[in-house]
Amino acid sequence: MEWVNAVVQGTLLGGLYALFAAGLSLIFGVMRLVNIAHGDLIVLAAYLGLSATTLLGLHPLAALLVVVPAMAIMGYVLQRAILNQTLGKDILPPLLVTFGLSVIIQNTLLEAYSADPQKMNAGALETASFSAGGLSLGVLPVMTFVIAVGVIAGLQWTFYRTALGRAFRATSDNQEIAQLMGLNRRHIFGLAMALALAVTAIAGIMLGIRTSFDPSIGGGRLIFGFEAVIIGGLGNLWGTLVGGVILGVAQTIGAKIDPGWQLLAGHLVFLIILAVRPNGLFPRIGE
Amino acid sequence: MPDPILRISGLDAFYGDFQALYDVALEAGEGEVLAIIGANGAGKTTLMRSISGLTQNKAAMVRYRGENIGALRADEVAAKGIALVPEGRQLFPSLSVEENLIIGGQVGRKGPWSLNAVYKLFPILQERRHQQSTSLSGGQQQMVAIGRALMANPDLILFDEISLGLAPIIIKDIYAALPGIINEGMSALIVEQDITKALSVSSRFYCLQEGRVSLEGASATVAREDISRAYFGVA
Repeated sequence: MEWVNAVVQGTLLGGLYALFAAGLSLIFGVMRLVNIAHGDLIVLAAYLGLSATTLLGLHPLAALLVVVPAMAIMGYVLQRAILNQTLGKDILPPLLVTFGLSVIIQNTLLEAYSADPQKMNAGALETASFSAGGLSLGVLPVMTFVIAVGVIAGLQWTFYRTALGRAFRATSDNQEIAQLMGLNRRHIFGLAMALALAVTAIAGIMLGIRTSFDPSIGGGRLIFGFEAVIIGGLGNLWGTLVGGVILGVAQTIGAKIDPGWQLLAGHLVFLIILAVRPNGLFPRIGE
Repeated sequence: MPDPILRISGLDAFYGDFQALYDVALEAGEGEVLAIIGANGAGKTTLMRSISGLTQNKAAMVRYRGENIGALRADEVAAKGIALVPEGRQLFPSLSVEENLIIGGQVGRKGPWSLNAVYKLFPILQERRHQQSTSLSGGQQQMVAIGRALMANPDLILFDEISLGLAPIIIKDIYAALPGIINEGMSALIVEQDITKALSVSSRFYCLQEGRVSLEGASATVAREDISRAYFGVA
């Protein structure tokens, strides 16, 4: 039963990792941009959530109503003002610029909030649990997982059922020809980054309710996000959810064997999958 | 005389670092069909790119309905009513046939062309509308590329090498469909390597040679030896 519990808890943890990964996956899918600052943007969203709860007295979940649009606007401006200038045939400039952005965000957070770990206070939600089939499940992890599934389903629907998604896919396929269709790729990329950072905002808030955070933890969240994306297969959103779950389960099972093995077990599973299936478990066909 | 729909003058354009067009001048009247002929590397595609905005030049080099458009981006040019059927079809592989057509109508211009009108012109596309565009034959892909451009309801449509890489029988079909496409007052520029085809559907032609206009005239009356000279640059 303990092992079943580890798998279930790991699956729920995987929901959080899928939230970390979804924005990363979306940005890479639309504009082939690898965003090194993604983890720091998650942490930034957590801090914005913290400020919203302390300054406005909001519940962390209500803070989503402020932080999600704020991050979306920031994403659009960031893309139009900076990241669009780095996109081209050479893949190095976006890597360098987002790396620099990562450093800037970390240091700005240090200045603004200090290096002390912080946590959002979600009251009773943090400890609420219910039992199902002999297992005790936390309401918050279950809620995070459900949100993750909802976010992925929403992104999937946007991508394949809306004009915006059609524009994303067309621009990703061929930027010049998309331009001929009257689509301004700079604007489309701005919208993609806005959507990605809206998802990142959700990830940051759920992270900030679940655990304490400080300005330096962005790198670790980036790695988890990357691993989930790669395990699931690039460009496949449902694969990203599965990747997050595999990573989460590997970590909780590792921790069950020995608490020191939690992170290592996750990385090992990632390495094994990378060695056996370099394109991930569910790569999009034809890529 | 009223303003022509398109007037190009003094156009110098580059393909990368290489100058592909030198001082090109060209005019298309309202509702006129022009053929642009010339050998490989004569600058035909760069001319198409310059008109459609994929290559940006000085504003006054390309005038459309009395407006300088030479420096506009391709999406801005598209919104003004110029559509390009690009060389090599260049459909969006991630989009179904129908989505490729719908995205062509994204600029939101009003006019006679709609999904139904395109399906009436090319019935096979309706049958295949949910397939990936890459699963179609070359000829069917070309129909999608033409349909996609028409969906924008352009006033000026540019065809770049629409017969390239297609079987002769398919080329015949597509050229048979052209007059039905280019009525309703639409103007067209047709770039072709097949001179006979190009002259048969156009009223006037321009021949490019090494980036310059080497000959222009009426398609019906031009002498073959004049074209040979203008095309290859030999006496």
